Amino acid sequence: MANSKSAYSIAGKKQKNDTHIIVVWVDNEAGVLARVVGLFSGRGYNIESLAVAEVDQKENISRITIVTTGTPQVIDQIKLQLKKLVPVHKVADFKREDKNVIFKEMALFKFVANNEKLLKAFKACKNYNPVVLDKTKKSKVIQITALRREIDKMSKNLTKFGLVSVSRTGAVAMTRGSDVFK
Amino acid sequence: MPKLYSGAEIVFKCLEDQGVSHIFGYPGGAVLPIYDELKNFNSIKHILVRHEQGAGHAAEGYARSTGKPGVLLVTSGPGATNAVTALTDAYMDSIPLVCITGQVPTHLIGTDAFQECDTTGITRPCTKHNWLVKDISDLSEIMHKAFEVATTGRPGPVLVDIPKDIQFQKTKYKNYRKVKKFNGKSHDNFSQKNIDELIKLISKAKKPIFYTGGGVINSGPKASELLRELVYATGFPITSTLQGLGCFPADDNQFLGMLGMHGTYEANNAMYSCDLMINIGARFDDRITGKIDEFSPKSKKVHIDIDPSSINKNVKVDLPIVGDIKSVLTSALKTLKKSKKNFSKSNKHQISNWWEKIQKWRSKHSLDYIGSEETIKPQYAIERLYELTKDKDTYITTEVGQHQMWAAQHYKFNKPNRWMTSGGLGTMGYGLPAAVGVQIAHPKKLVVDIAGEASVLMTMQEMSTAVQYNLPIKIFILNNEYMGMVRQWQELLHDKNYSESYTAALPDFVKMAEAYGCVGIRAKTPEELDDKIIEMLNTDRPVIFDCLVDKQENCFPMIPSGKPHNQMLLGPKDQKDKKITGKGRTLV
Repeated sequence: MANSKSAYSIAGKKQKNDTHIIVVWVDNEAGVLARVVGLFSGRGYNIESLAVAEVDQKENISRITIVTTGTPQVIDQIKLQLKKLVPVHKVADFKREDKNVIFKEMALFKFVANNEKLLKAFKACKNYNPVVLDKTKKSKVIQITALRREIDKMSKNLTKFGLVSVSRTGAVAMTRGSDVFK
Repeated sequence: MPKLYSGAEIVFKCLEDQGVSHIFGYPGGAVLPIYDELKNFNSIKHILVRHEQGAGHAAEGYARSTGKPGVLLVTSGPGATNAVTALTDAYMDSIPLVCITGQVPTHLIGTDAFQECDTTGITRPCTKHNWLVKDISDLSEIMHKAFEVATTGRPGPVLVDIPKDIQFQKTKYKNYRKVKKFNGKSHDNFSQKNIDELIKLISKAKKPIFYTGGGVINSGPKASELLRELVYATGFPITSTLQGLGCFPADDNQFLGMLGMHGTYEANNAMYSCDLMINIGARFDDRITGKIDEFSPKSKKVHIDIDPSSINKNVKVDLPIVGDIKSVLTSALKTLKKSKKNFSKSNKHQISNWWEKIQKWRSKHSLDYIGSEETIKPQYAIERLYELTKDKDTYITTEVGQHQMWAAQHYKFNKPNRWMTSGGLGTMGYGLPAAVGVQIAHPKKLVVDIAGEASVLMTMQEMSTAVQYNLPIKIFILNNEYMGMVRQWQELLHDKNYSESYTAALPDFVKMAEAYGCVGIRAKTPEELDDKIIEMLNTDRPVIFDCLVDKQENCFPMIPSGKPHNQMLLGPKDQKDKKITGKGRTLV
């Protein structure tokens, strides 16, 4: 501090980071994802995962779900900055701990192993809605849907059953009950 | 069957509909069809600059001095990249600009064609929005929307990228239709409850201060009038940011001068000690706040801003009011007048101690400097310039550096839209082209660019533009042969190691003026300064005024980095015992 040789001030106190899920409804047009992602990288915000697809063909609306971490002040800024983008219609923000919101990620696991191990692998997935999408004598592709940390854990634990490849989406989110976010 | 127009014609039809009278630009391969159409639209005058950055800054100067959006037209590739600095500058200072760029034909996009660049990609972070027109039928709508985005809410630059084949294609023209609500973005979100709360805070405050910024200017001249009314009706002191100068008369007793890094002692101390801070259209920039943890620790803070993302960005506030300053101030005045008649009189006693304190700070005369009879002190030069031009309706632009701060400190502005300076981005080379834009908008007015010799060399080529269009701009160079602000920081922070901040081999500015076909004047001593300035003012042509000033002068007062408002470094008079050498350096 005393020897600061800067034309700028020094960083203040650090605050605690929270994980938030930000949902953004945007016009599905060229460059819109780049605008959203560029805003995050340009202002130094985190993106932990990202999921995006068109949800309303008639109105041409895409829904972007972003998992991010930041101090309450940063999360507020993210929302307000997003709302300023011209193609953005609305922005919702949920805390990860929020009980009123469902979060899900999907993962595809490819196993290469003998029959016994493949069976064990499928059993290990049984809590996460496993679906076998492809099967050969020595391999299996299993789809599961679960929370991020559950998939993290699974991909670690399943290596012993011959897990060779993982592909996963970002989280998507929806509120519980009959309410719709306006 | 309605008439079909080419893309190039549609561009001009839109500009006509939007009331554009001047565009600044530079032709090139990818905009030739648009340039070809220029001759058919007499209401639009094109100003040929010498570099696309100049076009951008000229459009900024035009926009700032008129309140209307500035328009520039440049070609693809280097044309677009050269305009990026000006776009970023406008983005930081919230200046409405519409930049039209040419692009290679659609079938060549993505092939690394000649003079191709990803213009919308490059300018995405430095515009409010941009469009690549891929279909001729979208062109008129996009052009109109571009003007709407640039001028509504917090103003800013937008860019429309038009491929060359689109400029040739033909379609129907769509008229401008004002959409009431723009994609769910409304800008006046405040309620009467907010206003009531504000009035309550105002009536309770014992140590209040208004802190105003460029938002007041952007809200239009009416906002400045309302601000004056409110400040007089409350009797509160007011300070302004660099961008806000002019929205309140600088020679009024209630005005404490500019605040911030090079603000006055009274303004910064009042900000530190106040119990109510009313921020109107400013953004708690780091040059204003100093050390954020110790920024005005005991005050209730009100923030009035049109941009919701400005609120709580740097400083947490107690009462946010999101809205156009004009409408917020109108409501506030109405409520104040209704609930508290003669407030300034009845409240006088409550804030009298506060004013006494302010007078004490004022008596430090923090803008004072040690005069000289041999060399021209830069502050003195600006004081004389002010005295000799104050009776005219003068427009001042600046470059960036010490001269800019001295101009802000010593030139007194009484009207909005008279002061054009690059604050947010701090773009050296801004002032000369900006002066070109201002003079285009106000051909009969006096336009002076207060410049430094280093800054002005960055866009010197625009003198040629000034000469071509007979723009009698005055380039008033405070020549100290140094990048003064860099030298000052090196003196204070880097043991006087003046690394690369001295400019050897400077041109002879008088001869240079003559080479450009304008007038060169040089002032060397304080004695001849007045006569030379008068000579400059009496010249009805562009002038480069080379004012040789003290090379060692530093810009004070100053809040060193990482320090709060109440720990300012004052000028050399006050500075003798805490000279900033050796041990004192650790202060900074």
